Amino acid sequence: MCNQTVCLVGAELERHGIPTVVIQLLREVAERMRPPRALFVPFRHGYPLDKPNDPQRQLAVMDAALRLLEDPAPSPPVLAEFPASSPH
Amino acid sequence: MGDLNEFSLPVKLFLKAYPWRKIDPVPWAPRKKPLAECRLALVSSAGFVLPGQKPFDESIRGGDYSFREIPGDAEVQELRESHRSESFDHTGIHEDPNLAFPLDRARELVLRGRIGSLSRRHLSFMGSITAPGRLIQQTAPASAQLLVEDAADVALLVPV
Repeated sequence: MCNQTVCLVGAELERHGIPTVVIQLLREVAERMRPPRALFVPFRHGYPLDKPNDPQRQLAVMDAALRLLEDPAPSPPVLAEFPASSPH
Repeated sequence: MGDLNEFSLPVKLFLKAYPWRKIDPVPWAPRKKPLAECRLALVSSAGFVLPGQKPFDESIRGGDYSFREIPGDAEVQELRESHRSESFDHTGIHEDPNLAFPLDRARELVLRGRIGSLSRRHLSFMGSITAPGRLIQQTAPASAQLLVEDAADVALLVPV
Protein backbone atom coordinates (compact mmCIF):
# COMPACT_ATOMS: atom_id res chain seq x y z
CA MET A 1 0.00 0.00 0.00
CA CYS A 2 2.99 2.23 0.62
CA ASN A 3 3.68 2.29 -3.09
CA GLN A 4 0.21 3.68 -3.76
CA THR A 5 0.44 6.25 -0.96
CA VAL A 6 3.61 7.84 -2.33
CA CYS A 7 2.18 7.83 -5.87
CA LEU A 8 -0.94 9.69 -4.70
CA VAL A 9 1.01 12.25 -2.67
CA GLY A 10 3.47 12.69 -5.55
CA ALA A 11 0.66 13.33 -8.02
CA GLU A 12 -0.69 16.04 -5.73
CA LEU A 13 2.75 17.66 -5.45
CA GLU A 14 2.94 17.75 -9.26
CA ARG A 15 -0.49 19.41 -9.40
CA HIS A 16 0.98 22.02 -7.06
CA GLY A 17 3.90 22.60 -9.44
CA ILE A 18 6.56 20.47 -7.73
CA PRO A 19 8.24 17.87 -9.96
CA THR A 20 8.54 14.49 -8.25
CA VAL A 21 10.19 11.13 -8.56
CA VAL A 22 8.81 8.14 -6.64
CA ILE A 23 10.68 4.98 -5.78
CA GLN A 24 8.57 1.88 -6.38
CA LEU A 25 8.98 -1.61 -4.98
CA LEU A 26 6.19 -3.19 -7.02
CA ARG A 27 6.35 -2.75 -10.77
CA GLU A 28 2.68 -3.75 -11.15
CA VAL A 29 1.57 -0.86 -8.94
CA ALA A 30 3.62 1.71 -10.86
CA GLU A 31 2.31 0.39 -14.17
CA ARG A 32 -1.29 0.53 -13.06
CA MET A 33 -1.15 3.85 -11.19
CA ARG A 34 1.10 5.74 -13.62
CA PRO A 35 2.96 8.20 -11.35
CA PRO A 36 4.69 10.91 -13.44
CA ARG A 37 8.27 9.68 -12.77
CA ALA A 38 9.00 6.38 -11.05
CA LEU A 39 12.13 4.37 -10.38
CA PHE A 40 11.41 0.68 -9.90
CA VAL A 41 13.92 -0.96 -7.57
CA PRO A 42 14.29 -4.75 -7.20
CA PHE A 43 14.54 -4.71 -3.41
CA ARG A 44 12.43 -6.28 -0.68
CA HIS A 45 9.67 -4.28 1.00
CA GLY A 46 11.20 -2.46 3.95
CA TYR A 47 14.43 -1.87 1.98
CA PRO A 48 13.68 0.85 -0.60
CA LEU A 49 17.32 2.03 -0.71
CA ASP A 50 18.59 -1.56 -0.52
CA LYS A 51 20.95 -1.64 2.47
CA PRO A 52 20.93 -0.08 5.94
CA ASN A 53 24.15 1.72 6.95
CA ASP A 54 25.49 1.67 3.39
CA PRO A 55 25.64 5.35 2.37
CA GLN A 56 27.25 4.68 -1.01
CA ARG A 57 24.58 2.21 -2.03
CA GLN A 58 21.78 4.48 -0.78
CA LEU A 59 23.27 7.42 -2.68
CA ALA A 60 23.48 5.33 -5.87
CA VAL A 61 19.74 4.60 -5.72
CA MET A 62 18.92 8.23 -4.94
CA ASP A 63 21.13 9.43 -7.77
CA ALA A 64 19.33 7.14 -10.23
CA ALA A 65 16.02 8.58 -9.02
CA LEU A 66 17.24 12.17 -9.32
CA ARG A 67 18.42 11.51 -12.87
CA LEU A 68 14.78 10.99 -13.88
CA LEU A 69 14.23 14.62 -12.91
CA GLU A 70 16.98 15.61 -15.35
CA ASP A 71 15.60 13.77 -18.36
CA PRO A 72 15.57 16.47 -21.06
CA ALA A 73 12.84 14.91 -23.21
CA PRO A 74 10.55 12.84 -21.05
CA SER A 75 7.29 11.32 -22.20
CA PRO A 76 5.17 10.93 -19.10
CA PRO A 77 4.61 8.67 -17.32
CA VAL A 78 8.29 7.74 -16.98
CA LEU A 79 9.08 4.32 -15.45
CA ALA A 80 12.76 3.46 -15.18
CA GLU A 81 14.55 0.56 -13.53
CA PHE A 82 17.40 0.38 -11.04
CA PRO A 83 19.97 -0.58 -11.97
CA ALA A 84 19.47 0.69 -15.50
CA SER A 85 18.97 -2.16 -17.97
CA SER A 86 21.98 -2.67 -20.20
CA PRO A 87 21.59 -1.27 -23.70
CA HIS A 88 20.55 -3.78 -26.40
CA MET B 1 13.00 -9.01 -4.89
CA GLY B 2 10.27 -6.43 -4.80
CA ASP B 3 7.42 -8.57 -6.04
CA LEU B 4 4.17 -9.98 -4.75
CA ASN B 5 5.72 -13.35 -3.97
CA GLU B 6 7.42 -11.98 -0.88
CA PHE B 7 4.02 -11.68 0.85
CA SER B 8 1.88 -14.28 2.62
CA LEU B 9 -0.93 -15.79 0.55
CA PRO B 10 -3.76 -13.69 2.08
CA VAL B 11 -1.78 -10.46 1.54
CA LYS B 12 -0.87 -11.52 -1.98
CA LEU B 13 -4.52 -12.23 -2.85
CA PHE B 14 -5.57 -8.89 -1.36
CA LEU B 15 -2.96 -7.00 -3.38
CA LYS B 16 -3.83 -8.92 -6.56
CA ALA B 17 -7.47 -7.90 -6.26
CA TYR B 18 -6.87 -4.37 -4.95
CA PRO B 19 -8.13 -1.54 -7.19
CA TRP B 20 -4.95 0.56 -7.40
CA ARG B 21 -5.94 4.18 -8.04
CA LYS B 22 -4.99 5.11 -11.59
CA ILE B 23 -3.57 8.61 -11.85
CA ASP B 24 -5.38 10.09 -14.82
CA PRO B 25 -4.49 12.44 -16.35
CA VAL B 26 -0.83 12.16 -15.38
CA PRO B 27 0.12 15.54 -13.86
CA TRP B 28 3.46 16.91 -14.97
CA ALA B 29 5.37 19.77 -13.37
CA PRO B 30 8.51 20.75 -15.28
CA ARG B 31 11.72 21.39 -13.37
CA LYS B 32 12.44 25.13 -13.44
CA LYS B 33 16.17 25.19 -12.72
CA PRO B 34 19.20 22.89 -12.76
CA LEU B 35 19.05 20.18 -10.10
CA ALA B 36 22.21 21.60 -8.51
CA GLU B 37 20.15 24.70 -7.68
CA CYS B 38 16.98 22.91 -6.60
CA ARG B 39 15.59 22.67 -3.10
CA LEU B 40 14.72 19.05 -2.37
CA ALA B 41 11.91 17.78 -0.15
CA LEU B 42 11.71 14.17 1.04
CA VAL B 43 8.47 12.27 1.48
CA SER B 44 8.49 8.89 3.18
CA SER B 45 5.60 6.52 3.81
CA ALA B 46 7.45 4.53 6.47
CA GLY B 47 5.39 6.06 9.29
CA PHE B 48 8.27 7.84 11.01
CA VAL B 49 7.59 10.26 13.85
CA LEU B 50 9.94 12.34 15.98
CA PRO B 51 9.95 12.24 19.80
CA GLY B 52 6.98 14.29 21.00
CA GLN B 53 4.98 13.81 17.79
CA LYS B 54 1.74 11.86 17.80
CA PRO B 55 2.26 8.29 16.59
CA PHE B 56 0.19 7.15 13.62
CA ASP B 57 -3.13 5.67 14.69
CA GLU B 58 -3.53 2.01 13.87
CA SER B 59 -7.20 2.05 14.80
CA ILE B 60 -8.33 4.28 11.92
CA ARG B 61 -10.28 2.15 9.46
CA GLY B 62 -8.78 2.29 5.99
CA GLY B 63 -5.50 3.63 7.38
CA ASP B 64 -4.24 6.77 9.11
CA TYR B 65 -4.18 9.40 6.36
CA SER B 66 -2.48 12.10 8.46
CA PHE B 67 1.13 13.21 8.04
CA ARG B 68 3.92 14.55 10.21
CA GLU B 69 6.24 17.41 9.38
CA ILE B 70 9.88 16.46 9.78
CA PRO B 71 12.11 19.56 10.11
CA GLY B 72 15.10 19.66 7.80
CA ASP B 73 17.46 19.76 10.77
CA ALA B 74 16.00 16.63 12.42
CA GLU B 75 18.32 13.94 13.71
CA VAL B 76 17.70 10.86 11.58
CA GLN B 77 18.50 8.50 14.43
CA GLU B 78 15.68 10.04 16.46
CA LEU B 79 13.05 9.02 13.92
CA ARG B 80 10.79 6.30 15.27
CA GLU B 81 8.77 4.14 12.96
CA SER B 82 5.11 3.56 13.73
CA HIS B 83 4.08 1.72 10.61
CA ARG B 84 1.36 -0.83 11.22
CA SER B 85 2.09 -3.26 8.41
CA GLU B 86 3.26 -6.69 9.45
CA SER B 87 3.92 -7.75 5.90
CA PHE B 88 7.48 -6.49 5.65
CA ASP B 89 10.70 -6.80 7.63
CA HIS B 90 11.14 -3.68 9.78
CA THR B 91 14.67 -4.54 10.92
CA GLY B 92 16.49 -2.45 8.31
CA ILE B 93 14.66 0.83 8.92
CA HIS B 94 14.98 0.41 12.69
CA GLU B 95 18.69 0.00 12.26
CA ASP B 96 19.05 2.90 9.84
CA PRO B 97 16.05 5.20 9.20
CA ASN B 98 17.95 6.65 6.19
CA LEU B 99 16.91 3.49 4.39
CA ALA B 100 13.42 4.97 3.98
CA PHE B 101 13.92 8.59 5.10
CA PRO B 102 17.33 9.47 3.63
CA LEU B 103 17.82 12.83 5.26
CA ASP B 104 21.55 12.25 5.95
CA ARG B 105 22.05 11.18 2.33
CA ALA B 106 20.20 14.28 1.12
CA ARG B 107 22.53 16.45 3.23
CA GLU B 108 25.48 14.71 1.58
CA LEU B 109 24.00 15.41 -1.86
CA VAL B 110 23.88 19.11 -0.95
CA LEU B 111 27.54 19.02 0.15
CA ARG B 112 28.48 17.34 -3.13
CA GLY B 113 26.60 19.99 -5.10
CA ARG B 114 24.24 17.42 -6.64
CA ILE B 115 21.26 19.35 -5.29
CA GLY B 116 21.08 22.93 -4.12
CA SER B 117 19.50 22.75 -0.68
CA LEU B 118 16.92 20.99 1.45
CA SER B 119 13.39 22.02 2.20
CA ARG B 120 12.75 23.46 5.64
CA ARG B 121 10.24 20.66 6.19
CA HIS B 122 9.83 17.10 4.90
CA LEU B 123 6.82 14.82 5.04
CA SER B 124 6.17 11.56 6.83
CA PHE B 125 3.11 9.43 6.03
CA MET B 126 2.11 5.99 7.21
CA GLY B 127 1.71 4.11 3.95
CA SER B 128 -0.80 1.40 4.89
CA ILE B 129 -3.79 3.30 3.59
CA THR B 130 -6.26 0.95 1.94
CA ALA B 131 -9.02 3.57 1.67
CA PRO B 132 -7.18 6.61 0.28
CA GLY B 133 -10.17 8.95 -0.20
CA ARG B 134 -9.31 11.29 2.67
CA LEU B 135 -5.63 11.21 1.71
CA ILE B 136 -6.53 12.29 -1.83
CA GLN B 137 -9.11 14.89 -0.78
CA GLN B 138 -7.53 16.34 2.35
CA THR B 139 -4.06 15.50 3.53
CA ALA B 140 -2.16 15.12 0.25
CA PRO B 141 -3.26 18.63 -0.89
CA ALA B 142 -2.48 20.07 2.57
CA SER B 143 0.98 18.51 2.54
CA ALA B 144 1.63 19.79 -0.98
CA GLN B 145 0.69 23.29 0.13
CA LEU B 146 3.23 23.05 2.93
CA LEU B 147 6.04 22.20 0.49
CA VAL B 148 4.92 25.04 -1.77
CA GLU B 149 5.23 27.39 1.22
CA ASP B 150 8.77 26.08 1.77
CA ALA B 151 9.55 26.76 -1.92
CA ALA B 152 10.57 23.15 -2.57
CA ASP B 153 11.63 22.73 -6.22
CA VAL B 154 11.66 18.92 -6.44
CA ALA B 155 10.58 15.99 -4.26
CA LEU B 156 11.79 12.44 -3.79
CA LEU B 157 9.19 10.01 -2.45
CA VAL B 158 10.16 6.77 -0.76
CA PRO B 159 7.75 3.93 0.09
CA VAL B 160 8.65 1.09 2.39
